[in-house]
Amino acid sequence: MKYVDEYRNPQICRRLVAEIRASASRCYTIMEVCGGQTHGLLMHGIDQELDGVIELLHGPGCPVCVTPAEDIDFAISLCQRERFTVVTFGDMLRVPGTTLSLREARARGGDVRLVYSPLDAVQLAKSDPSREFVFFAVGFETTTPATALAVQQAASLGLENFSMIVAHVRVQPAMEAIMDADACRVEAFLAAGHVCTVNGYASYDRFAERYRVPVVVTGFEPVDLLGGILSCVLQLEQGVAKVENRYERSVHHAGNIEALRVVDETYAICDQPWRGLGKIPNGGLRLRDHWRQFDAAQKFSRVAMPIVEPTPCRSGDVLTGRIRPTECEYFGRECTQDTPLGAPMVSSEGACAAYARHARQRV
Amino acid sequence: MCLAVPGQLVEWIERESPFAEGVVEFAGVRRRTNLACVPEAVVGDFVLVHAGVAISRIDADEAQRILRTLEEIEFDQPPFKSEDSL
Ligand code: SF4
Repeated sequence: MKYVDEYRNPQICRRLVAEIRASASRCYTIMEVCGGQTHGLLMHGIDQELDGVIELLHGPGCPVCVTPAEDIDFAISLCQRERFTVVTFGDMLRVPGTTLSLREARARGGDVRLVYSPLDAVQLAKSDPSREFVFFAVGFETTTPATALAVQQAASLGLENFSMIVAHVRVQPAMEAIMDADACRVEAFLAAGHVCTVNGYASYDRFAERYRVPVVVTGFEPVDLLGGILSCVLQLEQGVAKVENRYERSVHHAGNIEALRVVDETYAICDQPWRGLGKIPNGGLRLRDHWRQFDAAQKFSRVAMPIVEPTPCRSGDVLTGRIRPTECEYFGRECTQDTPLGAPMVSSEGACAAYARHARQRV
Repeated sequence: MCLAVPGQLVEWIERESPFAEGVVEFAGVRRRTNLACVPEAVVGDFVLVHAGVAISRIDADEAQRILRTLEEIEFDQPPFKSEDSL
């Protein structure tokens, strides 16, 4: 492994910072929509380095944070049933539902198991036909090929004890909702590298044109992130709004054709409620009718949960960039990583957790 | 959540989707990995794996880079504050 690497090289980073400072005739507001990039920007101190030149807003880049409480409640109600097991990713465990998290439900006797891959959940179902296995499928486009393949495998194996709660979310409709919102301050977007690895970036052309907003596909290294920001600034200075790919080493225009084929066979686009943001048109996926026997929402009745007081968490304002996490009155006081009030503080990729972890102070 | 880990394809086991599968080596650890989305991958290629499924083929340099990012994520070393800062 090379010692000095071009994507981390401090000289290159400083040169990019200088170039951004020299190019920007005023302070621009740029949003990234990927939890990994949020952490990268804060971890490398890029937000502080560009203070006063670029205001970074952190969009809904964490799929766990936007999973509706009702879906978590549904998973909790299933894991408490006799001979039922809910299977999911570790990230979901601590996210609060209306009254409990899956971890708390497990402590009270619910059967919740964590897997690295949805395909492991299929294997669990295959190896124990006496139990019902429900996989809680969350994630952006990056994760959809894996869950789609799980359903297809379960069908090929003829499993009758496997189903999924599908809570997948699609990034671009959320970006549209942010642009359509009143008082939107976003002037350019960094698009998420791994979402685009699957999805490509062809669909951003119309988006950039319609909203007159630059979109730059960006990776996760400091040089990637700074390069993406510089591209945004140069476009804004020239008054153009187009799509650029600065992550060519992983992302192709059309995405991964085979992955998209599998996803399209399995899922149809639907409206989806995003936690904190409300219902987003075309913002999610549902299983196509062909696979309906694997849809937990069709297979099992959802028990109505008691209505509780809405949480004071301001995740909606954070996820749309109206406020920064440090501007939330609960940040660092009532809401900490040990005592989180909302999903963005719980999830390792949430913007509030990123600010807490990298010790940004409450303003 | 969208974290993806690079590994090197060691062996194909099954070619048919949705069960297409092979052995991928991650920093010395070998794991069975679904290859349905990278049917063109050949032994020796690096693939980017997310949730047990290879989502793309990448070059060896990129694989090294991502691995190092994953290792260093714990250290939180900002490039601006490194030894050779002015
Ligand atoms: S700091 Fe806590 S309460 Fe405030 S928006 Fe973030 S998660 Fe919600």
